[in-house]
Amino acid sequence: MATNQNKNKLIQSLQHILPASSILSEQEDLRPYECDGLSAYRQTPLLVVLPESVEQVQSIVILCSQLQVPVIARGAGTGLSGGALPLADGVLLSLAKFNQILSIDALARTAVVQPGVRNLAISDAVKTYGLYYAPDPSSQIACSIGGNVAENSGGVHCLKYGLTVHNILKLKVVTVDGELLTIGSDALDSPGYDLLALMTGSEGMLGIIVEVTVKLLPIPSQARVLMASFDDVFNAGKAVANIISGGIIPAGLEMMDRLAIKAAEDFIHADYPLDAEAILLCELDGSELEVDEWIPIAIGILEKSGATDIRLAKNEAERAKFWQGRKSAFPAVGRMAPDYYCMDGTIPRRELANVLKRIAELSHEYDLPVANVFHAGDGNMHPLILYDANIEGELERTEEFGAKILQACVKAGGSITGEHGVGMEKIDQMCIQFQAAELAQFHAIKHAFDPQQLLNPGKAVPTLHRCAELGAMHVHHGKLPHPDLPRF
Amino acid sequence: MSDQSQQFQQQVLSAVENNQALRIEGGNSKNFLGNKVDGDVLSTRTHTGVVSYDPSELVITARSGTPLSEIKQVLADNQQMLAFEPPSFGEQATLGGTIACNLSGPARAYAGAARDFVLGCKIINGKGEILQFGGQVIKNVAGYDASRLMAGAYGTLGLILEVSLKVLPMAHRQMTIAASMTQEKAIKTINELSGKNLPITASSFSEDQLYIRLGSTHKNTQSVHDKIKHLLNAQTIENGDDFWQSIREQQHRFFKTDKTLWRLSVPTTANPLEFSKEQFIEWGGACRWLKADMNEQQLRQKIKAVGGHAMIFRQSSGNAPACFQALDAPLVKIHQRLKKAFDPAGILNPGRLYKGL
Repeated sequence: MATNQNKNKLIQSLQHILPASSILSEQEDLRPYECDGLSAYRQTPLLVVLPESVEQVQSIVILCSQLQVPVIARGAGTGLSGGALPLADGVLLSLAKFNQILSIDALARTAVVQPGVRNLAISDAVKTYGLYYAPDPSSQIACSIGGNVAENSGGVHCLKYGLTVHNILKLKVVTVDGELLTIGSDALDSPGYDLLALMTGSEGMLGIIVEVTVKLLPIPSQARVLMASFDDVFNAGKAVANIISGGIIPAGLEMMDRLAIKAAEDFIHADYPLDAEAILLCELDGSELEVDEWIPIAIGILEKSGATDIRLAKNEAERAKFWQGRKSAFPAVGRMAPDYYCMDGTIPRRELANVLKRIAELSHEYDLPVANVFHAGDGNMHPLILYDANIEGELERTEEFGAKILQACVKAGGSITGEHGVGMEKIDQMCIQFQAAELAQFHAIKHAFDPQQLLNPGKAVPTLHRCAELGAMHVHHGKLPHPDLPRF
Repeated sequence: MSDQSQQFQQQVLSAVENNQALRIEGGNSKNFLGNKVDGDVLSTRTHTGVVSYDPSELVITARSGTPLSEIKQVLADNQQMLAFEPPSFGEQATLGGTIACNLSGPARAYAGAARDFVLGCKIINGKGEILQFGGQVIKNVAGYDASRLMAGAYGTLGLILEVSLKVLPMAHRQMTIAASMTQEKAIKTINELSGKNLPITASSFSEDQLYIRLGSTHKNTQSVHDKIKHLLNAQTIENGDDFWQSIREQQHRFFKTDKTLWRLSVPTTANPLEFSKEQFIEWGGACRWLKADMNEQQLRQKIKAVGGHAMIFRQSSGNAPACFQALDAPLVKIHQRLKKAFDPAGILNPGRLYKGL
């Protein structure tokens, strides 16, 4: 399909489906689509198409299936794992024009939206009914709901309010055959296998999402935040465990280490304690009475866990300030070095001190500083490795360092990715987390939806061959899986 | 505590070799659910034990044959619970059966379903391979969500060996109120209240009474109770726990019937369904129980028209129609391919969910 002749033939066929202005084929038009939020990986696509109706998506997919051209769906392009990285011989299908909120049912607390609608736009649109859409990835101002479903996006409130998979009811999906599937329903469940769960987080490999019905929640009437300082990261970790086992489910529970605190404070002046080894932000929400009951309990637990200082945000302005420091942590860290690389491993909370120690050792070994921000409530770490891409070999060293952090997460009983997805970025680490038979089962699932491997092929699940080449394959009970595969 | 994984693996492998279907059985408390399966019994009853549980992690991992009652007790000892409030339908109920059937109780509309709490599963697929999906962490997006897929698959995609579930702390206090009103009013009222920031943890409607359970901190529960009681001119139900347990376990007088018991899953705001007076509403309007021997096709069509589906929960007599609502043709194809992907020989609980799966 790579020849110009074939490309022209494809464009001609697409012109029967789309207006010429919705087909991009010139280099300068394709350039903005060469990467998503992970800009270290770039590839110009063969073509970009911008359909605006479900029928157009169906026709495009049918055409591409006939011609054996891969199709890569793209939402807002804010993904952090290269999930929407184009293929040189593939069509990039942008859902940017699907940007309408189709209906809001305030009584049933649902909204039907097109996949290109921004996450925050949903909450903005339903605010007038006292409702909101709960998952709030930090990119919520820009990221689209279709991408959120494809990645099963989280945010800082997951422990209490769940991930995307917990907050959607129904999807409309175009299959690789161009059929329109309705998955899930307007009821709380639907007959047959839980395809809604399977589709959520499938990174555009099983179908193209063209409509999403989301659940909406009532806005909590009260939210208050506590900031606790610690002179030892270990104590901060212990405080997290004590809060949870004390029966509190905070709306948000975030930890930052010394370097992250300093970066945020220099940038935002959030009044963070610069002498602390770690701070915890603990937000409690609900009714006023409920929050008032929880606050003294939470303070008591933090004191017993060795907090050196505890501050309750006095008012909404101070609460916003405390959070602003955390929410600006990434750009703040970005000011400390030319580049930073964000990891996304998850661990059981009890392993926090061990994994942080391991990260510190690796930081020393690779001579690259690390700032740690941590969704402590749900065990999701975001170590930010500081580096300079202009120094030859430093990106490679950073990637190797990052891979070792993820190995440490898997070893601690966690996962290589909590919310950013595998995409292209972590495809090699999949070989560490999963054994050959498990990866083969993933491929079989993919095959059930997309036998010809045309939807976002090559992402999220590595081939067994790739794992074997890496030598990263799990060796189980001393037996090498699939001994028939060639190894290098 | 006993790990039978190796024996199960052998049993699955020999079933494949002999092309012999297996009927997976835990406590056999849910044999009334789903279609009949002919096959050699594979019993998980001795595959028991909590593998790991740390209250500060909010995660419990246990083998599939572990009695549900044991899980509930272990959690209760630490003031924690399975927030989806699964029914047992018998003392022998196991964790594996609960997840395989995706069974949830009165809290379902407020806390989520069994599938919402599944974090990871270890299974044996139909090729006899032991596979681990998901994990013991709340956030995990590595690979397809094959573990949640096991919830509600009725053992047709794999034999569940172990499950990791998210658990939650118990409410400090629960209170239940009841208010008299029509069905139409009750559906509207419970939907309106659900859109407000109130600690509702269960709701039901029967015999012209709307029941609402509240659960939160001590003072908050009392305060909201007082407000709603006043608003709806309601009464406090003193033995609330017993009341909700009787609904969960279907011991409430409504469920004592010789007729077929249907579970109608509909949008929460669906108008009263005019089939029979004998209806019981749960889950904020999303679940309507109906006891009636009536034309299956007609009923299913009507329910589909309002955006829902009908499931035969308990059959009045043998020789019955399929338990689950038929799937649309494109979905049938995907179901068949998925079944093949997990169980190419078609030996795991064939037909329990649908013919051909």
